[in-house]
Amino acid sequence: MTSLPATTPFIRPTTRRARVRFRAIFERLIESTLFLLTLLSVLTTLSIIVILTRETWGFFTMRGADGQLLVPLSDFLTDSLWSPLLSSPPRFGIAPLVGGTLLVTAIAAVFALPLGLLTAVYLSEYAPNRVRSVLKSLLEILAGIPTVVYGFFALTFITPNLLQPLSTSFGTHSAMSAGIAVGIMILPIVSSLAEDALRAVPQSLREGSLALGSTKAETILRVVIPAALSGIVASFLLAITRAIGETMIVALAAGGGVAQLTIDPAAQVQTMTAYMVKVFLGEAPASGIEYQSSYAVAFTLFVFTFAMTWIGVLVLRRYREVYE
Amino acid sequence: MTRPAASLESRTRMSRALLIACTVAAAIAVSALAVLLVTIAVDGIGSLSWRFITSFASRKAANAGILAPLTGSVWVCAICALVAIPMGICTALYLEEYAKKSRLQSIIQLNISNLAGVPSIVYGLLALAVFVRFLGFRSGEQPLTFSIDWSSMQIVSPGNPDSLWFIQVPFGPGVLSGGLTLALVVLPIMITASQEALRAVPKSLRQAAEALGSTRWQVAWRVTLPAALPTMMTGAILSISRALGEAAPLLVIGGFLMVLQTPTNLMSDFTVLPMQIYNWGGRPQIEFHKIAAAAIIVQLVVLLTFNALAIFVRQSFQKPLQS
Repeated sequence: MTSLPATTPFIRPTTRRARVRFRAIFERLIESTLFLLTLLSVLTTLSIIVILTRETWGFFTMRGADGQLLVPLSDFLTDSLWSPLLSSPPRFGIAPLVGGTLLVTAIAAVFALPLGLLTAVYLSEYAPNRVRSVLKSLLEILAGIPTVVYGFFALTFITPNLLQPLSTSFGTHSAMSAGIAVGIMILPIVSSLAEDALRAVPQSLREGSLALGSTKAETILRVVIPAALSGIVASFLLAITRAIGETMIVALAAGGGVAQLTIDPAAQVQTMTAYMVKVFLGEAPASGIEYQSSYAVAFTLFVFTFAMTWIGVLVLRRYREVYE
Repeated sequence: MTRPAASLESRTRMSRALLIACTVAAAIAVSALAVLLVTIAVDGIGSLSWRFITSFASRKAANAGILAPLTGSVWVCAICALVAIPMGICTALYLEEYAKKSRLQSIIQLNISNLAGVPSIVYGLLALAVFVRFLGFRSGEQPLTFSIDWSSMQIVSPGNPDSLWFIQVPFGPGVLSGGLTLALVVLPIMITASQEALRAVPKSLRQAAEALGSTRWQVAWRVTLPAALPTMMTGAILSISRALGEAAPLLVIGGFLMVLQTPTNLMSDFTVLPMQIYNWGGRPQIEFHKIAAAAIIVQLVVLLTFNALAIFVRQSFQKPLQS
């Protein structure tokens, strides 16, 4: 250490002992800075929970001129009508918004989960290397397309060219159109994560199965997929979480004017996210009940996605098969 | 197995059926992408012109352009990158290089995967309360404003809103709030990508540096970080392209504005491309659909450039590391 450059800044101590002490303090400083930055991510979650809880509490404790609660929690949970503007008094039953969200998510899942899994099987088990790498980068592009583009695609292509020729009951906006677009959006999530899970299954399992006389399909269906099941299920759950929270597609394509509790795929539906967009784009006064209701909806949405994430974590933890 | 053995012939047929099903599924996925790109190109190419890129929004589709959303996207994503990339890398460094396998570490890890699942619109609500309104600080009053007056080298208050160095507290729905909002949205992605990059650095490199007497930070700063940087940058580029496509949280913090100027400072009103696409695409008139498609083309070109950049970085800077 004798040949330290002459330009050593004055902050660097000169004696060896001071240098060691300086190092130790510096190290400690860096570690605590990094730790504090890491804590910011925990703080983010806490702030989301605190803010949503506080505003939702405010919504449920709003009182009308007669001192009655405007929206008791029991009405919110059991009323089957969501009509903040058109009915008098306004009705705030969350069921139609949750129903709309689940309908769109179910359509997307029916479409994207099998298709995504089969694509993943193709990529991991069948595709030649070159095809695989091309296909993977195409799916990566699909995954990078902004969701508002899918919403536009649903409005200008899926509805007029796929759905309306099929049945005259489809209007400009429908749950089906939004659901298919959400399905296309989550397809690359399923295919890429499920493929990772399938490829993590060791080759020896496949070879063992083939050596016992199984056909390729039997190997895939009875050995490879069961071995990768936890990863596949996790990919499904993640995709469904994304579908539940998807906003711009449903805001454009599902209609969103009226919230209704229905399972008719040709119907217009309003989802939780689309309602929030409507409130924040609209002219609702920031102190009014309509504005405040969006926080209760956001809270419900957060509970849904939080639960899905947890189920995903538990599935991965409990059922993951580790091969060495 | 209790089932009677199927004939070899039917088993082979079954095998072929699965192959066909998988191939068809993959083909459908790719053709969805192809159909999407082609229809949008056909819809939008006619409206695409230099004038479209260099003029502001208008009530008439024929005169409308995307200058405001384009510059807005650049400002907002630049702020997002400046915040999210260093923070993501620092968090990943802490979790991978410093944290012991403790309960706290696993809670933080769980928390990050949970944050990645939070819908982006919920981040909009958080940002609205924290950045735009400062949790109600000075609500109902005029915000505090400051700007730097370079001629007298003083911070003046109230500030000059035309200055580049203009700040107001609370921030209000300006580009700074927008950028910070997007930083919240992409931070979990950035952290996860950086963690994976650090995990891919072989243990032996760290051990060698430690054996030479390096401290933890020296190992991290001079060995692990440089080795992981190309992969991290790929993750960073993908995070920023995610931010470029987000509209929902920004709609929550500011609503949609018809902006007729490019941002001048961190507090300026803004709009971004996806918000403009939503606004035009949601209108019933076909002329607006055409210009929405043209705006999508611009957006996709920017995103594909980013993707290509990510692939280029990955391939040209990644030195193979032996483990």
